[in-house]
Amino acid sequence: MIDFVLLIVLLVAVWEVLHNFIGEHALSSPAETLSYLWTYVGQPAFWPNARASFLALGYAVAIAFVGGLAVGLPLGLYRGAGDVADPYLVALFAIPKITLYPVILLLFGLTLSAKVAFGAIHGFFPVALFAMSGVRSIPRTYLKSARAMGLSSFDTIRSVALPAALPEIVTGMRIGLASTILGTLIGEMFAGTEGLGFVLFKAIDRNNVPLIMALTLLLFVVSSSANALLLAIEHRLHRRVATDLGVTL
Amino acid sequence: MTLTAKRFAVLVLAVGSLEVLCRIGWIDRHTIVAPSEMAVRLWQLLASGSANDDILYTLGNAVAAIGLSIIIGFAAGAAIHALPRLRSILDPLLASYYAVPIFVFYPLLIVLFGINSIPLIIIGAMFGVVAMIVNTLTGLDRVPRALTKSARLLRLGRLQELYLVSLPAAGPHFVTGIKFSIIYSVIAVIAGEFILSARGIGFRVAFAYNSFDGRTMYALLLLLLATVSVVTLSLHAWEKSLHRRWGRE
Repeated sequence: MIDFVLLIVLLVAVWEVLHNFIGEHALSSPAETLSYLWTYVGQPAFWPNARASFLALGYAVAIAFVGGLAVGLPLGLYRGAGDVADPYLVALFAIPKITLYPVILLLFGLTLSAKVAFGAIHGFFPVALFAMSGVRSIPRTYLKSARAMGLSSFDTIRSVALPAALPEIVTGMRIGLASTILGTLIGEMFAGTEGLGFVLFKAIDRNNVPLIMALTLLLFVVSSSANALLLAIEHRLHRRVATDLGVTL
Repeated sequence: MTLTAKRFAVLVLAVGSLEVLCRIGWIDRHTIVAPSEMAVRLWQLLASGSANDDILYTLGNAVAAIGLSIIIGFAAGAAIHALPRLRSILDPLLASYYAVPIFVFYPLLIVLFGINSIPLIIIGAMFGVVAMIVNTLTGLDRVPRALTKSARLLRLGRLQELYLVSLPAAGPHFVTGIKFSIIYSVIAVIAGEFILSARGIGFRVAFAYNSFDGRTMYALLLLLLATVSVVTLSLHAWEKSLHRRWGRE
């Protein structure tokens, strides 16, 4: 807890120093940003945009998670198929997806679907990759037992692979969530007609520094809280799996 | 069929079906142009040398950003590892760094430095550096206690221990760090060029899109995809072989 307070103090101090060093025109001060954010959140224009962003993010996260698991889990289970797919997933994960935004726009137009698709392609690959490597690293005996009990592929995934690989899967979801937030936001910046990303883009266009900073702060707080929550779950799961193995081995 | 042959078959099948779908008109040629057309256009661009300037510009910025993130990331990682108190404070920040939309700082950097290489290099380094820090920390954590104890027995200094013992012992993790630094730096540099720049591959993609030049846009995307894939996959293979060698010892 003390560490957390120290971190906040440290970040605010660095921010204040940078503000003094760089100046008002490019970086507003912490106090100013907070008060701007406070009045901005109170304005009626804020909520419809926030709702639009969360709606798009919700759809994108659902598609990225479900799709990523649907692809990653079987690929982890079937080593041969996983070996074939591995380099493709890694390469697709690594390409700067922002350059694909024209393609997405051509496919979906200036719609909610475009934002959702853009967010989902950011989150899909980490979820799939972590699910795959998570399933691959579970002890062979688990899968052998599943085969000995005559489980179907679906049942093996549901009752063996998914629970055993859960810590890695949650790690993938955490990284996937962060990427999806970023993707949806970028989608809104270029393809949006509403949403916080769109507001941010307009603020950048008009060089409205306090608004840029306020939105950045808001996004930072929201996405790092979501991240912290998943990280706590992840630590718990890792510890549980570790003790489980300690008992069985 | 060998693994490479299978992978190649998947690629041929994917590109082939896209080609067929485009040629028979199932995919509108204003949405996606046929892969063969992309390749022809890319060949024209490369042969005429009209894209050379932009390629070199992007390459130069990316290399500078990658170099900075690897050097700063390694130094910062080693320093943070040596100071456990600082590390426990910074831990939540490192864990949620990639949840922050760093791109919103790009316009601020442009205000400060103008539309040139500097904001691109800085944003690239900001994006890549934390991957290197995190992996340096993981790598140094994994150095066996016996090795650090022997280093102390031999009365090595801090720096000597780092270079002679920790660095080789944590090799694979540094390669992982380098891989992610490269991926993230390249993503950020190209994204920055895409958003606002006067030169570079990202800029050319955006320019082609805005002037309805689908063939050029897809040709450049193909170039980008191919380059990033080759680089990532070679690093990925190197990393895997290192892990295998370390695992055996």
